[in-house]
Formats: sequence, structure tokens, C-alpha cells
Amino acid sequence: MQRIGVFVCHCGTNIAGTVDVKAVADAIKNEPGVVFSAEYQYMCSQAGQELIKNAVAENRLTGIVVCSCSPRMHEATFRKTAAAAGLNPYMVEIANIREQCSWVHKDMLTGTQKAIILAKAAVAKVNLNTPLTPGESPVTKRALVIGGGIAGIQTALDIADAGFKVDIVEKNPTIGGKMAQLDKTFPTLDCAACILTPKMVDAAQNENIKIYSYSEVTEVGGFVGNFEVTIKRKARYVKEDVCTGCGICTEKCPQKKVPNEFNLGMDNRHAIYIPFAQAVPKVATIDPRYCVKLKTGKCGLCEKVCTAGAIDYNAKDEYVKEKYGAIVVATGYNPISVDKFDEFAYSQSKDVITSLELERLMNAAGPTGGTLLRPSDGEHPHTIVFVQCVGSRCDACAQKGKEYCSKICCMYTAKHAMLIRDKYPDTDVYVFYIDVRTPGKNFDEFYRRAVEEYGVHYIKGMVGKVSPEGKKLKVQGSDLIYGKQLHIDADLVVLAAAIEPDKSARPLATMLTASMDTNDFFTEAHPKLRPVESPTAGVFLSGTCQGPKDIPETVSQAGAAASKVIGLLVKDKLKGNPCVAHSNELMCNGCSTCEKVCPYGAISYVDKEFRMPDRTTKVRRVAVVNEAVCQGCGACTVACMSGAMDLKGFLNKQIMAEVDAICK
Amino acid sequence: MQNKNDRLKEQILRSSGVDPRKCMRCGKCSGTCPSYDEMEYHPHQFVYMVENGDIETLMKSQSIYKCLSCFACVDRCPRSVEPAKIIEAVRLAVIRQQNGDRMTTNDIPSKLDPDMPQQALMSALRKYSK
Repeated sequence: MQRIGVFVCHCGTNIAGTVDVKAVADAIKNEPGVVFSAEYQYMCSQAGQELIKNAVAENRLTGIVVCSCSPRMHEATFRKTAAAAGLNPYMVEIANIREQCSWVHKDMLTGTQKAIILAKAAVAKVNLNTPLTPGESPVTKRALVIGGGIAGIQTALDIADAGFKVDIVEKNPTIGGKMAQLDKTFPTLDCAACILTPKMVDAAQNENIKIYSYSEVTEVGGFVGNFEVTIKRKARYVKEDVCTGCGICTEKCPQKKVPNEFNLGMDNRHAIYIPFAQAVPKVATIDPRYCVKLKTGKCGLCEKVCTAGAIDYNAKDEYVKEKYGAIVVATGYNPISVDKFDEFAYSQSKDVITSLELERLMNAAGPTGGTLLRPSDGEHPHTIVFVQCVGSRCDACAQKGKEYCSKICCMYTAKHAMLIRDKYPDTDVYVFYIDVRTPGKNFDEFYRRAVEEYGVHYIKGMVGKVSPEGKKLKVQGSDLIYGKQLHIDADLVVLAAAIEPDKSARPLATMLTASMDTNDFFTEAHPKLRPVESPTAGVFLSGTCQGPKDIPETVSQAGAAASKVIGLLVKDKLKGNPCVAHSNELMCNGCSTCEKVCPYGAISYVDKEFRMPDRTTKVRRVAVVNEAVCQGCGACTVACMSGAMDLKGFLNKQIMAEVDAICK
Repeated sequence: MQNKNDRLKEQILRSSGVDPRKCMRCGKCSGTCPSYDEMEYHPHQFVYMVENGDIETLMKSQSIYKCLSCFACVDRCPRSVEPAKIIEAVRLAVIRQQNGDRMTTNDIPSKLDPDMPQQALMSALRKYSK
């Protein structure tokens, strides 16, 4: 039989204002197992904790019930108190009589009654509590970063800086991501490449960082501290360690008609290519979809011109298995396809472009060498119309766009408008906006500069229709403040397309058993207090895979994710949560239901030999829980049809005892 | 006691099935409307006026007859507000009001005729009463 002490907290007037705490302490005295009860003004204070410790010593208590605030608030506090008093910390139960009672009730009488019932339920549970000890598991001191954009690079650099090994897996031939494609960055207008490429080089030269470029994660097993990951190194048909990046092959290759994805298809590259001059690693890659040699067996020109002998037409995809302690997801974003917005005529006219395409058109390394020219005829555009919120902030029923605000468009459009007016003052620039959203340091000042100093015409309204007529684009839109419908003959129309998570994110989330929202953004463990951690232990989030973000925010989140990873990797052993599922092998019928419902992949099945009553042996398939992976959600205990699965600390019989106590 | 505009608003919202609170005031409907210049009030204003219960002004305006029912605004509205359906409902409200309250349930017994299906009477009641 347990010897239980009940401690009722006033929480100032938070609880005592609606609950007669004295009555609760008195009423609970006669419950089975209770040998001591007391009330105090602030149980979590030093004096309150002393009261608990003394009561444990004087009354030889074996279990504690604290009637106070939510266990989320102070369960850890009181567990420590119990440990200090020599009890197992898991012999403490909290009856939440604040959030679930005093704060939601007005009447003292009913409030007190409910508090007594909640206390009784907690007492009933403690009567069945058993001491629990958390298990320990070792930590592999190596981190994996999936995605080599600015988010991934920054996270990797920060982790490497702390002395830990990091691998970056990037699906493209080079790291750099979207930021490498940008021209200038807001709100300071420094060039993206100038601030990004040194970081790319740092990552390549850092001895703690290994870059798996042109690679993908294909399999993830294990758990926090002990992940086992399979990385597919796609055949690039060029030996990465031999290629010097001289680029002769990329000039001599006869297949010149390959749409250049780095310039968003606005110009062509060769079948063997280096994405851009500052690529890291600076190694050529053969695109097997276009290479004549790989398709027909004839050609082989690149092999002939390569003085280093780096070309290898027989290369095959390779699979690498590596162990990691932590995984950071930094898979980034893409602009949505704007084809389905017929009214903007994107697929009808080359002169209707997206903002990312404009970045390339204005970039010195872009298809026009940095001179802003119309894609259709190469002439200077004199009237440019920007359309905001294309596919952002849409109603779910409209099914064309995204419900969220893409966050970065207001600022990059202000940047584009400003840069165009600065470089080509004879150009008229119109921006159709619904709202201009510029929260951020120096952001609104930046937007105001576009209007006041650079004379960009901001129009509150939306473009309804763009129709190509001759060399012009007829733009029809509303000016809600003027109260007029505007007709503008534009030379170039720029659409601020919504951004969406990269397509690789969804299958990756499945591999990692990390949760996502309906938009395929990764969900954080807590939207405010744990923003860079996934609910899956050991998986961290960096950059736009978690939600739309600009570069400054991405970099700060990347640093935050790195610090969480470092905090994990410095530990030699991880203490688990002892409240994990446990399967009673004798009752398990091997049905696999629990394995299917487990969101963390913690349950597997093994064939085990059992000795039967008649001294024969029988091999049966039974569930085994990996305690390091189990998060104690309890889904398996509900799904288990034979009642074999139980959750330590929340045993079925404990929960039934609580229900009985409440219903009595 | 509800005032007349509130009653009309409720009727219009019900018959159109439109929720004007979904509107984010982007003005794409007015940007897209081919009859914009013919109108005194414009598609985005229709939505706003109905939301604010300013229905009688709208019913008196010629603007509602300038709408071509081309449904471009319905197609392009990013918030699925469907302004053309609201305008259609306002026109319907005008038609109903023009007909006035010409029939009440009390009139039904006197009009019962064994040669006439009773459904016809019910239909007339719906059409001719407010």
C-alpha cells in the first residue's frame, strides 16, 4: 500500500479564488492511501518545496499528489523535489486544478467539488504508480543536413564551428540553393552572390563538413542520437575528385540545346555542365537526359577534351550508408506554377515572367548579362507592371493557390521596382498590391523609399486581366483608392508567385516520420517555444521548409537549429522518457496493428521462441518497442486488440482507476 | 425587430450562397469586370455594400443591370466570394419587391380549385409573397 501525501496549492488567488483549498485538503484526507494532506500559498516556491520534502521524511511518503497548475508548467519542478526527498520522480502526480478547474469555473462550490474529484483521480493513479527509470542510449557525434541552400549551409557551418562533423546532402550538382539565383538582397541591396559564395567556399573547405552534392536521402532508420541514413549519390558521369572544373568539356559539348534550369529555362546550357561559375563543388555533371554519348553511344567528345581524365560514362548510382546523431531538414521552397492563372497570360506571352525569372534577367551572370531586356524581342521594357499575391492568400475552395501569405514578395517587389527605377529612370513601374506587408527591421523604410525616392507607382488594387496585343501587354486592373479601372499598355509583367515547399519534402517527411501541415510545410514541436525542432526527436528544421521566410530569418533559424543540434551532440548519452510503450509478449498476437499506427516507427516485430506448457517450443511473432524511439503517445495501446500493449506511467489500469475515481 | 435592410441582407446571402466576409478587398473583381465603366457602383462595392447591409441603395442603382453575368469575377476571385452571384441575388430581390406582397397564406383557401394542381398555388405564393 502506498503512503501518499497530497499538497494543495493556492497559487495566490489563481486557485484559492475559486476553489476552497482547505476543503480540498480536508476532503482528500480519507482517500485510500492518503496519510498526509496540506495546503500552501505557493507550492512551487522554495518554502512550498521544503514543505513537501519535510512531509516525505516525516510521514515516510511513497507517493505525492500536487494539486496545482498544469503538469506542463511544474511537473518537472515537483519531480525534482521528489527526487531530492529520496523518492522516484515518477511517483509524483499532478492534479490540474488551475487550468482545468479554477480558471474555467466561476462558482466556488462547483469549483471546489471538481477540484476534489480531480485530486481523488490523481490519488487513485498514484496508488498504482511504480518507480520508473529512464533508459540511456549513446549519441553518434555527427549531424546530417538535408538541403544545401543558405539554410543548410549556415546550419552546417555553425555545427562544424562547434567541432562536430556535418554532412550536407544536396540534390542539385551544387550547393547554394535559391539564394545563388538571386541578384540583390533586401533591404540593404547587397549582392546575393557576394555574401553567399564565401559561405559556400567556407562549407567546402571546412574539414568538419562533407558535401554530398547531386545526392538524395533514400532511407532513414534509427532514432534520435542513432539515425542510420542511406544516401543515393546520383551518377554524375564525372569523377568528382578528379575533375578540376576547368570547364573545357562544357564548351566543347555539341549538345547545346538543354534548357538551363539555373536561369529558369530562359537560356540553354550544354549536356555536360557546371551550373554557375561559383558552383561548389566546381565539378562538371553530365545530364543523362540529353547526353548524346549516353543516349546513342556516339560522341564522347568531353572524354577526349578532358585533360584530367575525369569523364566516366559507366558511372552508376552509388548508395552510401552513414550514421548520424541528429538530422536537420533544410529542403527549401519553389515558386508555384502560375500556368493555371489564365488571366495573367503567363503561358501565352514570354513577356509575362515570375519574380525569380526577373532576378535572373537582372543578374550580371544571367541570360542577358544583367541588362533588363524583354524575353520576347530583347528590347528595353519601358512600362513594367508588377502583380502581387499571385497564388498567395487564396481561399481553399478556389483550389488555384495557397491559403497563406508568402511573406517575401512585398519586399522583393519593392527591391525590383527600386532597382529598375534606379538603373532605368525612363521606365514606368506600377505595383498592384492588396496590402503591403513589411514587418521587419528597416523593411517599411525600404518600401517607402521605393515610393518616395524612386517614384514607383503603388496601386491599391488587383490586376484582373493581362492580354497580349501586338508587342504590348494590355493590363486591366482596378485602382480602389482612385475608384477607377486602369488600362496600362505594359512591356513586361512580373508576377509575384506564391512559394511552396520543395516537392522532395513530403517523401522525406515520411522517411523521417516528421509531421507536416496541409501545405507540406514541416510542423514545429511548438509554434512559439520550440520553433526549430520537429516533434520527432532528433529532427530539426531550418529555413523555408518550415514556413515562408526571408534570408535574415532563415539564417537566424539556421543558427537556432544548429545550436539545438550541438546541444544534442555534446551529450554522450541520451536519457529517454521512461513513459514508453511496452508489449506483453505473452498476450501479443502479432497482428501488426500497433506497428501501423505508430507515428514514430518505434514498433517492430520479431520471431521469438516460447516454451509451451507441454515443454514444446513454439515460434511466435511478437511486437517489440524501441524505447529510445517511442515518444509515449499511446496510440498503440488504444489500437492493440489483445490488450498486450501498455504505456508505462499511464497503464490502462491506472487510467481506469482515474475514471473510476471520477465517476464514483 | 430587424430593419428592412437587415432582412434584405439575410435574404440575399441566403439566395446567393455568398459569404462576403471572405472578401480580402483585393479588387480583382473590379479589375476584371468588362462593364466597370458603365457602373455607378462596382463589383467590389457590391460585396462591401451587401456586407454592410446597404442593400436598398444597391437595389435602386442601375449598376446591377450593367452586370453582364459573364462570371469573370467569380472565376478569378482568389477568395471564392463570387460577386456575380451576389448581384444576381440583388436583382432577384428587386423583382420580388416589384411584385409586392400580392398573396398571403390567407388567400389560398379562396383560390383552391379542383382542376388546378395545388403545387401551382404554392409556387405562386412563393413568387408573390415577400
